[in-house]
Amino acid sequence: MSLQEVKKITIDAKPKGNNLHYKELNKQIRDALRDGHNWIVVENVSGQRYIGAGIKEKVTIEIFGDVGLDLGAFSEGLTIIVHGNSEYLLGNTLNEGELVVYGDSWDITGMGARGGRIFVMGNGGSRVGIHMKEFKDKKPAIIYGGKVKQYCGEYMAGGLILVLGLNFKDAVIDTKKPIGRDNIDPLKVKDIEGEIVQSDLGGGMHGGAIYIRGEVPDEYLGVYATKKGFTEEDKIIITPIVERFCELFNVPPELVWGKKFTKIVPVSHRPFGKQYVTTPI
Amino acid sequence: MLKTVPRFKVNIDYEKCIKCGRCSENCTYGAITFDREQDKPLVKNNANCVSCQRCVLFCPKEAINISQYPVTYAPHGTWMPYYIRAINEQAETGGVLLSGMGNDMSYPMVFDYLVWDACQVTNPAIDALREPVETRTYLGRKSKNLHISEIEGKFELEDLPPNVVLSTPIVIGHMSLGSISYNAITAMYRAVKEVGTLMGTGEGGLHRDHYQFRSNLIGEVASGRFGVNSEYLECAALEIKIGQGAKPGHGGQLPGEKVNKLISETRGIPLGTDALSPNPQHDIYSIEDLKTLIAALHEASEYKVPVGVKIAAVNNVAAIASGIVRAGADFITIDGFRGGTGAAPRVIRDNAGIPIELAVAAVDQHLTEEGIRHEVTILAGGTLRSSSDLIKIIALGADVGMIATAPLIALGCKVCQQCPTGKCSWGIATSDPILAQRVDIEYGARRVVNLLRAWTHDLEEVLGTMGIDAVESFVGNRDRLRYLGPNPKEAEILGVKHAGDRLKLGSCAS
Repeated sequence: MSLQEVKKITIDAKPKGNNLHYKELNKQIRDALRDGHNWIVVENVSGQRYIGAGIKEKVTIEIFGDVGLDLGAFSEGLTIIVHGNSEYLLGNTLNEGELVVYGDSWDITGMGARGGRIFVMGNGGSRVGIHMKEFKDKKPAIIYGGKVKQYCGEYMAGGLILVLGLNFKDAVIDTKKPIGRDNIDPLKVKDIEGEIVQSDLGGGMHGGAIYIRGEVPDEYLGVYATKKGFTEEDKIIITPIVERFCELFNVPPELVWGKKFTKIVPVSHRPFGKQYVTTPI
Repeated sequence: MLKTVPRFKVNIDYEKCIKCGRCSENCTYGAITFDREQDKPLVKNNANCVSCQRCVLFCPKEAINISQYPVTYAPHGTWMPYYIRAINEQAETGGVLLSGMGNDMSYPMVFDYLVWDACQVTNPAIDALREPVETRTYLGRKSKNLHISEIEGKFELEDLPPNVVLSTPIVIGHMSLGSISYNAITAMYRAVKEVGTLMGTGEGGLHRDHYQFRSNLIGEVASGRFGVNSEYLECAALEIKIGQGAKPGHGGQLPGEKVNKLISETRGIPLGTDALSPNPQHDIYSIEDLKTLIAALHEASEYKVPVGVKIAAVNNVAAIASGIVRAGADFITIDGFRGGTGAAPRVIRDNAGIPIELAVAAVDQHLTEEGIRHEVTILAGGTLRSSSDLIKIIALGADVGMIATAPLIALGCKVCQQCPTGKCSWGIATSDPILAQRVDIEYGARRVVNLLRAWTHDLEEVLGTMGIDAVESFVGNRDRLRYLGPNPKEAEILGVKHAGDRLKLGSCAS
């Protein structure tokens, strides 16, 4: 973006007090892209689905309000910033790009993602990062600032999931303003008390790694997932992602590193290899 | 290991054998090896023979034949060899038995109980050799109404939903790279391009070399989401895979040993990792969820291509299909319980689901009663063995027939059901690049083209004899079928009269 001239446009998703249908909203976004805009601000979003779906241009969409399902689904290179919450399926089958949510993002975030990074400030629901994959330099990552529910990283075949267990509740400086970096007081970000993951963590995973900040009880591990010691090498791997998180959400890095991470990895790349027999009958 | 009797016996006639070694070179299953000391091919292990017939057909001297293993089982109507062998294998390994191709049990074939009508005296037949019989078919959602606007005296049709034109109502079903070889899939992609119809990509993504065929491909979006990138979304149509006839409710897995460089590139996963597709799509737990994925794909592809849904034919297929139409699908693909697979648990493949004939008839009638049949295109397959099955499935209510085993047979497949082993001696169901060379892409494509064209000609000839000049007017035309089987209930479900059923006095001929 820095080398390119910024061409900004603002779209009102609630003109004259009426919410735009997602079809119309997406059409306006695509029209803006065709006109050469590379920074599209969408205001007054109220649950519209599929924003940015399938877009492969490397542009920025900045959203004010809460978005609906499938934000950035199938997209390839978008930067999306949401000053609000996201519903299910954030970054469904994401191929590339950076999705940032200054709020919560619920179930099945990053399903089947093959690249890109998803940063969520708050909490998540179940099946976060299900069936993510990786191939060579394409390595998706999902980072939750808060906590997530059951089946996190289920069937995971690659990529990284980080759950940090941070509480931003008291850190928002002005609750009447949209949440963004400047509206977060770094000194008031705290640790969440209690568990930050739930059961069936990494169930059926056969690639990638999950990093949970703090301890994870054994009974929370899903089938074919196991704990592995967090090493210096792991720290090197997650440092750029943690640093980016801290930059986006104005969190002091010392706070994140203050607690030890637990690393969850698959037992095998072929968890069901012995389940089947191919002898002719 | 407790042994069982081999299924087949390989017989080499050494009087004819010239010891060229072609049989042992071609045998991928380890039944025949070439013995250097004795300087001749030897049958090493009959138990490994799967009767793929590769050695038989490659022997230049016709010196090899394969017979059923000459042993007489103690007669028993219940404990037949198949069951004894299966128990033996599971007792030895404790595993789930996998198999390839479609259901191999001898269930009654409903197609074989159907015959069709022809013109005699009261309505003239069409001479298909000299008069046009239209086989063109459109795949996609049909508008309920046409909206025409007038701008400065000119009339324009407003936004019609996207439709794909098929030159013939036959498509090749989904088979992914990985389950079948690069050469096999390329041959079929070339064939559909030449004929002007479509083939499904399967869920294994699209190799870069195959982007050129996208206007003839249906891109499958399955639970594993392998290879679904922005290039992929530019296929002629997109299809959400919910189920497959060979394994309804089951996902899939391409075992790690098949995930070589080519496959890992195409699917976007590391070498040697199992490619697992979960049983459900975890973003679809209801018709409402399905609606959101259909809408997401419509948005992502900018409403340029039809988005369909593929389901297996199961008990309540008609009601499910109705939900799918209401969820906004542009086409529905129904895969019958005989449909093929690269690998499925035998117990599911052989027992789950219902025949495609009954499923299509039920769906067609149900959607018609609900007044929504015209909104979608119905594709149906699993297993259409011949053009006659194709013609019957269209009359029962499918717009398009879907074939997959038939074109594989055109490429050399002998239906030995060893697909999951990856050892396919015909170079079809394997990811081994050396074995893949056994399929000649050029020649294979030619044979598949011939097959598609021959069935299309068959269709034209038959439609001509029925006096129908366009296949679209034949879709769901059950009145031109008659039932000739043992079960009146079956005829009732099919909506087909029994053969010989008279027109009642006072009613008029249809």
